[in-house]
Amino acid sequence: MSVRPLDHPPVPLRPDERALRLMAAIGLLPLLLVAAVVVVGILEPRFFGLMNLLNILRAASFLAIIAAGQMIVLISGGFDLSVGAVVALTSTVSASVMAALGAALPEAPATVIAVGLVAGLAVGAVVGLVNGACVVLLRVSPFMVTLGTMSIVGGLALLLTNGIPVYGLPEALVRDFGRALWFGVPASVFVAAAVVALVWLAQTRTVAGRHLHAIGGNPQAALVSGIATRRHLVGAYVASGLLAAVTGLVLTARVGSGQANLGGLDLTLQSIAAAVIAGTSLRGGVGRVERVAVAAVFLAIVTNAMNLLRVDSKLQLIVLGVVLVAAVAIDELAKRRQIRD
Amino acid sequence: MAVAPLPTAPAPVAPGTASAAPVLSLRGIVKCFPGVRALDGVSLDVRPGEVHVLLGENGAGKSTLINVIAGTFAADAGDYLIDGMPAGALTPQRARALGICPVFQEFSLAPNLTVEDNLFLGREPRRLGFLDRRAMRAEARRIIADLGFDLDPARTVATLSRAHQQMAEIAKALLAEPRVLILDEPTASLTESETEKLFGLIERLRAEGVAIIYVSHRMPEIRRLGDRITVLRDGRHVRTLPMAGVTEEALVELMTGRKVEVLFPHIQHRPGEAALELRGLTTADRSVQGADFVARRGEITGIAGLVGCGKSELVRAAYGLCPLEGGEVRLFGETFRHPSPARALRQGLCYFPSDRVAEGLALERPIRENASMAALDEAAIARGGVLRRAGERGLIQRTVERLALRPAHIERPVGALSGGNRQKVVLARGLVRDTQVFLFDEPTVGIDVGAKADLYAVLKELAEGGAAIVLVSSELPEVLHLSNRVYVMHRSRMIAELSGADLTEQAILSCFFAETGDGRTGREGVAS
Repeated sequence: MSVRPLDHPPVPLRPDERALRLMAAIGLLPLLLVAAVVVVGILEPRFFGLMNLLNILRAASFLAIIAAGQMIVLISGGFDLSVGAVVALTSTVSASVMAALGAALPEAPATVIAVGLVAGLAVGAVVGLVNGACVVLLRVSPFMVTLGTMSIVGGLALLLTNGIPVYGLPEALVRDFGRALWFGVPASVFVAAAVVALVWLAQTRTVAGRHLHAIGGNPQAALVSGIATRRHLVGAYVASGLLAAVTGLVLTARVGSGQANLGGLDLTLQSIAAAVIAGTSLRGGVGRVERVAVAAVFLAIVTNAMNLLRVDSKLQLIVLGVVLVAAVAIDELAKRRQIRD
Repeated sequence: MAVAPLPTAPAPVAPGTASAAPVLSLRGIVKCFPGVRALDGVSLDVRPGEVHVLLGENGAGKSTLINVIAGTFAADAGDYLIDGMPAGALTPQRARALGICPVFQEFSLAPNLTVEDNLFLGREPRRLGFLDRRAMRAEARRIIADLGFDLDPARTVATLSRAHQQMAEIAKALLAEPRVLILDEPTASLTESETEKLFGLIERLRAEGVAIIYVSHRMPEIRRLGDRITVLRDGRHVRTLPMAGVTEEALVELMTGRKVEVLFPHIQHRPGEAALELRGLTTADRSVQGADFVARRGEITGIAGLVGCGKSELVRAAYGLCPLEGGEVRLFGETFRHPSPARALRQGLCYFPSDRVAEGLALERPIRENASMAALDEAAIARGGVLRRAGERGLIQRTVERLALRPAHIERPVGALSGGNRQKVVLARGLVRDTQVFLFDEPTVGIDVGAKADLYAVLKELAEGGAAIVLVSSELPEVLHLSNRVYVMHRSRMIAELSGADLTEQAILSCFFAETGDGRTGREGVAS
């Protein structure tokens, strides 16, 4: 008997595999975005009207801010279901503070606005801190923790106002910011752009960002490498809470009153949808904020198009659900086909 | 001893000098996990400038010991001294700060980050509060070039082969300028030239006075590098002895506690018809490429290869656990289309996973349910979707007794069993139904010597009874002593089939170091 060397021809890539690899590299999103614009533009010329475009931008800016926070938590390997409720509580708390203070100090609107903003941001930070502390110290799953805080925070917002809108915001906030156009663009777009830029900087250029990615990618490796995983996890939830609070403040200024029904479960789900469509991994470690911003624009366009085309609102929910599942499924498929050398 | 020229520089010490004070001392270390005493009073001295080999079978406690040294696990009892001083409560961070740098087999790399990101993880250089990416790139290139590795610092770790991940892991440990370097089977997935570079590096570090704890099974490298050897068995310290003058047989005897020929039974192979045939098999993730393979009735067919070479994926694909891209699976001469575990079981093909906790067992459930899990469509256990509890109990009880699982209480939860008994429960699953082809994936990982001998006896019984047995194992002695024929896989490809007089440890090892890709097998000296 002798040794028999076995031969083995190399296996070439099939064309469909190449397509999938390319898709995995650039992401499906830019293609979807262009396709959506073209299709809607053909079906409904009003889509390109200035007012409509501004509406889309505004809606996208709200979503981009809250989804950026959601993405940070997803990268850490967690979940934040409480963001929508934080929007509601931020809105009612900041509006109540500004209304009460505005009555006492009618001649100092700048002070009133500043205190209101700080109060709103504090709400987000506190909720984020509680979320992070429960996840890290009590080791409860992020899903359950934030499901709980979602209920608590949403309940607080309703309790605070009995469900009645809080009026009496400083005129300047609503006129010069909430409903204002700066250089012809809604003011909220500038806020969103600043948030995206800051998060991008933190992700790619800071040690904390690098550590967060490592924790999401392999918690054990991060721990062994001497990273303070607990501090970073808490930080991720605080960041998410803060960005949800920013969304709440921008929405409050836009609406002109504090309302407990702003945000809610709907916005939470959209924030997860935008992050995941943008390729953020639900297993943690992967996510890019600039893609999340594009995904927010895409979702805003889809919603806007369905409104323009007078699609039944119930049908809209179904369409959004299908888009979400399809986007994630294609992402998964591309990943499963990934080849190691 | 020479006087140190500088107060901060470590005194140069000849390798393994007996007079050198140990940099690291363990005294009577005990570590328990639920159900097992992984370390039972282990003592160890590691001196600067020596390569201290840790030897022991799987499950002997080597990994637990290095995890204790690295600060990942806290010892339940015993003393841990560094430079003669108690180390106190040790965390991975503190251990690293003290210069204890482990290179684990389960890599401590974040798969989503690049090589350079991983190298600097936890100690990133910064400028003005931001990451200094230029400095990271330059330093990463310098250290990789210094090591002589062929590694691109900008690649994402998840896209690297296992060998390259291993290199990144080693580079990461050396970046910290270690005093004690722990290497856990560092050559397991390296090629010969990469191994050579690593050995050069180890010798250099030893000369610089670094203490090196080296875990390996491979005699040639132990012989080449080792200054002293500590043998562990079943969580106990057996003996520490100098490398010089030790024979391989003596070491095996210390490790297993019995002579080689007693551990491995003599098996009468009577190869019959082809039971499982694979032709040009390629998996979707390319972990197996164009593999041909035949397993016959009445013999044990081994598959040897380095970790990550695709040998597990090969049998998993035949069982329907890895999606196929091309090639054919044939069972008893007939094409087996679209393999799936359910269909494979009905056809008499059963796979026994290597990771019994993740893939094999429901730990909370009793032995009975675990053993019958794959046979609930058998008439003896269920009829018309209704369980026949008495039939199930009787069948499982008989099977468990045949496997010498003790105590044979079939209502005990599997989580309370030792590694060896868990393996028997998994094995029972294949015996409960009419199985003709047994696919074993690393069957002796994490089980003690006694359970190993029991398992080998069952393999012998099955093979001599006419079953076809496929044995995938990273333990060379096991494959060598039990198999009639051995296939060798390397980098996703089947590169050799050895039998008869060609079936030697040397022949298999030289296949491992073959540089494939150009069709050569790298064993010209061995082939006739």
